[in-house]
Amino acid sequence: MSALTDDTLPMTPRAMRDEMIVFAVMAALLAAVPFTGIYPFFVMQALCFALLACAFNLLIGYGGLLSFGHAMFLGTAGYCTAHALKVWALPPELGIIVGVAAAALLGLVTGYISIKRQGIYFSMITLALSQLLYFLYLQAPFTHGEDGIQGIPQGHLFGIFDLSKPLVLYYVVLVGFLAGFLLIYRTINSPFGEVLKSIRENEPRAISLGYKTDQYKMLAYVLSGTLAGFAGSLKVFVAQNASLTDVHWSMSGEIVLMTLVGGLGTIFGPVVGAFVIIAMQQYLAGFGQWVTVIQGVIFVSCVLLFRRGLVGELAHLLRRSL
Amino acid sequence: MQALYAQLLVGLINGSFYALLSLGLAVIFGMLNIINFAHGALYMMGAFVAYFLLNLGGINYWWALLIAPVVVGVFGMILERTMLQWLAGLDHLYGLLLTFGIALIVQGVFQNYFGSSGLPYSIPDQLKGGVNLGFMFLPVYRGWVVIFSLVVCLATWFLIEKTQLGAYLRAATENPTLVRAFGINVPRMITLTYGLGVGLAALAGVLSAPINQVRPLMGADLIIVVFAVVVIGGMGSIMGSIITGFALGVIEGLTKYFYPEASNTVVFVLMVVVLLVKPTGLTGRAA
Repeated sequence: MSALTDDTLPMTPRAMRDEMIVFAVMAALLAAVPFTGIYPFFVMQALCFALLACAFNLLIGYGGLLSFGHAMFLGTAGYCTAHALKVWALPPELGIIVGVAAAALLGLVTGYISIKRQGIYFSMITLALSQLLYFLYLQAPFTHGEDGIQGIPQGHLFGIFDLSKPLVLYYVVLVGFLAGFLLIYRTINSPFGEVLKSIRENEPRAISLGYKTDQYKMLAYVLSGTLAGFAGSLKVFVAQNASLTDVHWSMSGEIVLMTLVGGLGTIFGPVVGAFVIIAMQQYLAGFGQWVTVIQGVIFVSCVLLFRRGLVGELAHLLRRSL
Repeated sequence: MQALYAQLLVGLINGSFYALLSLGLAVIFGMLNIINFAHGALYMMGAFVAYFLLNLGGINYWWALLIAPVVVGVFGMILERTMLQWLAGLDHLYGLLLTFGIALIVQGVFQNYFGSSGLPYSIPDQLKGGVNLGFMFLPVYRGWVVIFSLVVCLATWFLIEKTQLGAYLRAATENPTLVRAFGINVPRMITLTYGLGVGLAALAGVLSAPINQVRPLMGADLIIVVFAVVVIGGMGSIMGSIITGFALGVIEGLTKYFYPEASNTVVFVLMVVVLLVKPTGLTGRAA
C-alpha cells in the first residue's frame, strides 16, 4: 500500500518556524477582511468549511482514514445547536456546547462501528452511516424534515458579544476557526500525531511495535468528528438555519473535494481548498447543475494530475512543509 | 396477506438490483482493486440508453436489454483505458475518489438536460398484464425481472467460477505478474472485467426503467445502499454477493410491510448489526 502523501519531511525547527509564519500571515489576512470590503458572509462561511476540512484532513491526511460521511457531524451538531438555541432558548455558548457534545457522542458511536474495518470498507461504512442519519433526520420531528430549522436567534455570546452584528459575529467565527486550527496543528505535532502517522504509513509495523492502533484511530476519529461538529455549530450562527443539505452525501463529497484540492495531509491545504471551492460555488451559482459537473472534473483532475493538491505542490516545489 | 406478498415481490425486485450491482462491484474490486463509485451513475446510464433507443430510434425493450449493457460497457472500458488504469499501484482510496468524480460528472450532465423528474418507460407488450397465483396477483413484468436477474447472476457466477476464462480471471486477481508470464494479456482482461461489471449495472438499469422511471439520480442513493450490502456480504465471494443482495432486498420488503418507517434505513441498521457481531462481514475474509 503506497502512502497518501509521498514526502513526509521530518519536523525540524525550521519547518516549525515556517509554519508559524504562514499561520501568522493567514491570521492577519483574515483579521483584516472586514476592512477590505469583501462580503463577510462569504468569508465566514468559508471559515466554517475550512475548519471542517481541517478536521477531516486530520483523519485522512494523518491517520489514513477516508471518511465519506463527515457531513453527519456537520449536520448533527448544526441541528442540535439550532434546536438548543431556538426551542430551549439557550445562550450561544451553551448552544455550541450542546452541538459539539452531540458530535462527540456521534463520533464515539460511529467510530466504534466503523473502525472495525479498514481502507475502502471504512469509507463505505462511514458513507452508509451518514446516509442512515440522513433518513433519521428526514423523519425526526425536531429537524422539521425538508424545511429544516429556520430563523435561529443568534443571541449574545457570554452575554456580551451581540452575534446579530456581522462584525462581532465575524470575529467570533474567526477566533473559533483559529482555535480549532491550532488544536489540530498541536495534535499533528504531538507524540499522538506521530503514532497516527506511523499507522498511516505501516499499520502492521505500528502494531508490532506495541501500539494499540485501533485506540489511536478511534481517538483521532472522535477528535475529528468533534471538531467537524464545532464547525457545524459555528455555521448555524452564520447561516441561521440547519437543513438536510448539511447531512447529505453530496456535502460529505464536498468536504473530501476541498481537502483534496488543497492537499491531503498538508497543514494549510484544507483552508485553501475550502476557500477555492466555496468561492467557486459563489461565482458559478448561476450555472445550475454544471457546478456538480465542474466539481466532478476537479475531482478527476486532482486524482489524475496533481494528487498533492495546491498547497502540497507548492510545498513540494519549495521543499518545505506547509 | 395480499399486501405482504406484494411487498415481498418488491423486495425481491430490489434484491435483484442489489445482487446485480454488488456482483459487478465485487468483480471489479477483485481485478482492479477499485470500489467503483460510478456504478450508480452507470446503472442510470443503462436506463437512459434504453429510453433513447425507444424514443429516438424506435428500438424496443428486448434489443435494449442487449444494446444498453454493451454501450455502457464500452463507455466503461474507455473510462478504464483513459483514467482508471493510471491508478494501479496507488492507494485504493484514489480509485474511490476518481470514480466519485466520474459519477458527479455523469449525473450532473444528465441532470442538466433532464432535470430531476422521472421519464416514463412503458412495459413491453409481451410482459404486460399479470397472473393470478391464487394467493396473490403477480404482474408479469415484475416476475420476469426477478427470474431474469437470477439467471444473469448465476450465469456470471458460472462464467467466473467454472470456465477457462474465469480461471484466468481468478488467477490474475491473485497474482497478475505470474499470469502475465504465462502469456495472458492481463491489462486487456482488466479492461474487459470493468466492462463486464458496468455492463451488469447497465442491465439492471434497463430492467428497472419500466418500474422506477428513468431519472438522472436514480443510481445516486441506490449505490450507497449497495455499498452497505457489500459491507455486509463481503466482496470475497461471487455467490455471497448474489445471496446477500437478494436476501437484503427481501428483508427490506418485509420491513416495508411490518414497519414502513424503517424501510429506508433497515439495510444500514443491518450493516451496523453485522459489523458489531461479525466485523469481517458474512462471507468471512477480512479486508
